[in-house]
Order: sequence, then structure tokens, then C-alpha cells
Amino acid sequence: MGNNSTKKTLLVAFVLCIVCSVIVSTAAVALRPQQQLNQELDRKTNVLNVAGLNEPGIDVESVFSEQMSARVVDMQTGDYTDEFDPETFDSFEAASDPATGRTLSGKTDIAGLSRVENYATVYLVGDPDDPEQIVLPIRGQGLWGLMRGFLSVKGDGNTIISITYYELSETPGLGGEVNNPRWQALWEGKKIYDDKGSLSPEIHLSKSASGEHEVDALSGATLTSNGVTNMLQFWLSSEGFGEYLAKFRSGVSQNEAQNADGEREFEGA
Amino acid sequence: MADVTPKSVLLTPIFQNNPIALQILGICSALAVTTSMGLSLVMTFAVIFVTSLSNFFVSLIRHHIPSSIRIIVQMTIIASLVIVVDQILKAYAYEMSKQLSVFVGLIITNCIVMGRAEGFAMSNSPGLSFLDGVGNGLGYGFVLMFVGFVRELLGSGSVFGFTVLQTVQDGGWYVGNGLLLLPPSAFFVIGLLIWVMRSINPDQVEENEFQMKENTQPKEAV
Repeated sequence: MGNNSTKKTLLVAFVLCIVCSVIVSTAAVALRPQQQLNQELDRKTNVLNVAGLNEPGIDVESVFSEQMSARVVDMQTGDYTDEFDPETFDSFEAASDPATGRTLSGKTDIAGLSRVENYATVYLVGDPDDPEQIVLPIRGQGLWGLMRGFLSVKGDGNTIISITYYELSETPGLGGEVNNPRWQALWEGKKIYDDKGSLSPEIHLSKSASGEHEVDALSGATLTSNGVTNMLQFWLSSEGFGEYLAKFRSGVSQNEAQNADGEREFEGA
Repeated sequence: MADVTPKSVLLTPIFQNNPIALQILGICSALAVTTSMGLSLVMTFAVIFVTSLSNFFVSLIRHHIPSSIRIIVQMTIIASLVIVVDQILKAYAYEMSKQLSVFVGLIITNCIVMGRAEGFAMSNSPGLSFLDGVGNGLGYGFVLMFVGFVRELLGSGSVFGFTVLQTVQDGGWYVGNGLLLLPPSAFFVIGLLIWVMRSINPDQVEENEFQMKENTQPKEAV
């Protein structure tokens, strides 16, 4: 049988395909648990980073389970929901599902998301009913693409502790400096909202930052800085976590929080 | 490459017949992953793994590959190996695989792998082909590490992540060269490297395909 006969050609192609697909699927299946572990670990490490709890050499898994509790928040009412399991809730899937997401248009879509979920997983440090820190997921367009990160806020729902990005494609050395610890340190103690109890966030980046609502913009990265401002303005407004954070701030929407009978109790201890 | 001995197939691709510097193959990934030396090193290992094993397997079945589908057969073997590498990196070097992202998958399209399978493995024994794959991977890695060294040192002031020149952003004195952190800068570094290599080995210089005309001399206006 010659190498170039139709029979041989088909045979070689068939056998090769079988062998290769077995190898590939074995690798994929055998390594899957390890890969999922890595992804989980990566997410937890990022949450710990922004909460300032990550130090070299700690056991991420155990520190995370001791200090953090995850909850799913309904962003429209600002209440916790039991509908979803925080461990498995996927915000990207939720955003594309018409039942749990909505389409943004025009003026409301300042972060360039086009679709956004109605629910989000937040991480609470300390007592879940009276947390020391609240870690919120944020995302939005930077200069080159979507930036995904976490913002951690003190238990008063107004004071920023830190911000970190775990997925971004900004220019290294310019916009990529969002993850420079020296710049991240500038965020500590900044206030999101003014004292009057409005739901629209005041926090933004500025070229000449002064006062408690402004953080120094990144030099040479105006568009990335705009992106950061926009995504904070979006996620901290009533479109995002505005209602939720309001429950932690005194003097804001108290009525609403008290009227939420039958809902999960908030004003703990 | 007149003599095919184990030593020559392993060593000539590093300097005398470097896949990037002489054959100008695999430039794309050399631009993309050389921002840091750590990344370059992981990429080097991945490429060595893929070229050596794809060469080995292609050579093993070379007498049974029908010539009409030989490119597809090679691609299938290469693609399977690349997926295996990608899966392994995701499982055991997650941080690295996140940074390399799509470029591990793009090893499939790396001309070096395909070129060696078609050019060498199809006509040589499995053992030699394996060594040829390792040699070409090393040659690729040599260029990658050199470019990675220059770019990381001058771009972010560090070597393998250890700070050598403390940058202004971290409170030091060194103003990093932003261009070197962007892919196009690798063109300059690779170009300079090729210049150096061809100055040392003048027989690597290619013959001109055509003669350039002399510049016309400017004449005074009458």
C-alpha cells in the first residue's frame, strides 16, 4: 500500500486525530482541578491584596476563609440576596443573562461596559454584619481595554482603603502604574461621597489633587486616569454600589434600610 | 549544514545558524514576550519543549506521512503539543501563563517549529530531529534572553525581577525607557544583535539581490 493512496491517507489522518485528541483531552481533564485551584487562589490573593491582608508567606486559603466572607448584593436595592451562591456567582455570565443583567446606554454607560449585572459579589472583612472593610469588584474601559480590579472601603462605606487591578492591558510604565504600590498608597483615607448624603460619588483623579475627594492622576496616562475615574463614578453611583454603601453611611437612606422588612438584617450589632 | 552529527545539530542553531538572527523566523513572539527575563525564560522552555517533541514525533512517523497531507499532519502534532504546554503552564505556573496569555497558544504559528518539522524532521532520524529541535529552541531562547535582558534592564531597571537600577516611580533615580517596554523596541534590539552577530561571522551576511544606484549629484541651477 503506497503512502499516497487514498486509503493510507485516510488511515493516517484518522489514527493521528485519535491519538492527538486522546493526549490533549487527557492533559485538559487531568490538569483541570489544579487549574481551577489556581484561578481561585488568584482571585483570593487579589482580594487579600486590596484589603491589605496579604503578606509574603501567608497561607492565602486559610487567611481568606478566616477573615473574609463573601456575599452577593442586589445592586438595585442595596440588599444582600440569597438567590446566588457567592462561591459560584459569575458576574460576567450574570451580565449577559437578561434575567440578571441589563443593557446600559448613552449617558449611564460612562465606564464603557455596555452590559452590566444587577448582582455582584462583595467580600467583607471581619464581622459580616458590621464589617471593618468591604471589598467591591470594579471594572471599566481603560485606554487599551477592559480593566478589572477591586476597591476596598472601610466599614463606614465612605473611606477608601486601597485599589488594585488584576487584569489590565494598559501601557507598561505609564497606565500600567495603576498597580504601583506608591500610587495605590495615595488612595488611603480618601472619601467617596460628600457629607450631604448624596448617592453620587465625588471621588476622582485630578492632575493637581487636593482635598479628600481627589487622588493624583497618573502622569503620562491621562486616558487611563479618566478610565479609573469613570469606572469609580459608575460603580459607586446608584447604578452600582451606591445604594449598598449608603446603608453603611450614617444619615443616608436610613428610612430605606429600616423599611426593608423581611429582608436580611443589615444594621447589625 | 553539510554534516549532520548530534553535536552540530544541537549547537549550530545557537550562533552560526540562529533561527531568529539568521533565518529571521519567529520574530512575532520575540517582540511580544521579551518585556521581562522571567517571561522570556518560560517562553524559551515552552518552545524548546514543542520544537523538540514535534520534531521527534514527526520524524518517528515520517515514513508513513502521505505527502499530500504532510503539513496538516505536522500542524496537528504541533498544535496538540502546544495545548499540552498551555494546560501545564496554567496548572503549575499560573502567574506566568497569565502574563504570556495568548502567546503560548501562538507557538503553533511560530515559523521555527513548522520550519524544523518540515525542513529537518521529515528527512532525519528521530534522535537527531529531537536534538535539532532542542538546538533551535536554544537558539531562539538565546535571542529571547538577550532581548529580554536589554529590555528589562533599561525599561524597568531590573533583571529577573530584581531591582538593579531603582526607577523614579519607586523613589530611585533611574528614569525607565518607556519605549523598551513596548513591543516595537525589540526590533531595534534584535537588529543590533543581528548586526553584532554578522560582524563576528561575516559569512552570515547575505548577498545583495540587486545593486543600489548611486545617488544623483545635485547640480547647480543654470
